[in-house]
Amino acid sequence: MSTVTILTMDAPYESANSTTALRIVDAAIRKGHNVNVFAYEGAVSYSVTTQKPHQNPVKGTSVEEERHPNTKDWVAALLSAAEQKGVKLDWVRCGLCEDERGAFEQVPGTRRGSPADFVKQIASSDNVLVIPTK
Amino acid sequence: MAKILNIVESAYRATIEEQDDTVLWFNHMLANAGADIAVLLRGNAVNYLSKGQEVGDLRFGEAGLGNPPRIAEDVAVLRSKKGVPIYYVLEDATQRGLERSSLIDAGEPVAQADLARFVSGYDRVFHW
Repeated sequence: MSTVTILTMDAPYESANSTTALRIVDAAIRKGHNVNVFAYEGAVSYSVTTQKPHQNPVKGTSVEEERHPNTKDWVAALLSAAEQKGVKLDWVRCGLCEDERGAFEQVPGTRRGSPADFVKQIASSDNVLVIPTK
Repeated sequence: MAKILNIVESAYRATIEEQDDTVLWFNHMLANAGADIAVLLRGNAVNYLSKGQEVGDLRFGEAGLGNPPRIAEDVAVLRSKKGVPIYYVLEDATQRGLERSSLIDAGEPVAQADLARFVSGYDRVFHW
């Protein structure tokens, strides 16, 4: 079992980077690895619990029919998957970044932190991947 | 009414979370509101015409997608049901190995050499 740390920086619903990061987290958990995530800047919004699914007026689908995914549900599902797999998913949110955004209501199981936590995550990891905003 | 050209270059941006392309979605809404629009796909966005796109059963833990994006279908509907002309930059498709036979039958090619003339036919040009 290895430990990998992923720093992700893009806000959800803005680029492919967010789903790429989540896919790597998912794959690592499935393979039985511990995963650290440091959600920096816009990425603190992945796990905001006030996200809501919406209908799609272009396709004429209701909220129920559209089943629009929200990243908060994906984060919660990844935490659950890690628990079931018996590995650790340490999801740290940059505290100052969420203060800037008013992103206070967060998925339980994630935690508020700072770049100092990222330093600790690096120290405990076999490898680190930074996915910055471009 | 002003003739609007939406040049779509940013491609596959948040299409998984949104279950569609937000710029194409915006174009659907503009068309629904009665705007006189056309779409020009350029750069990576020419791939939106590709027949071979498949998202599959993408999951994060146990959470998946409700309705995975079908971008080519969304483009086709924009053309067939909303009457929005769809164009693409021929050389951008060629550079990516996209032959005419691999594309849905919804877009008309525009050569790079003709772009200036083509764009001048519109009152408003928005580059996404």
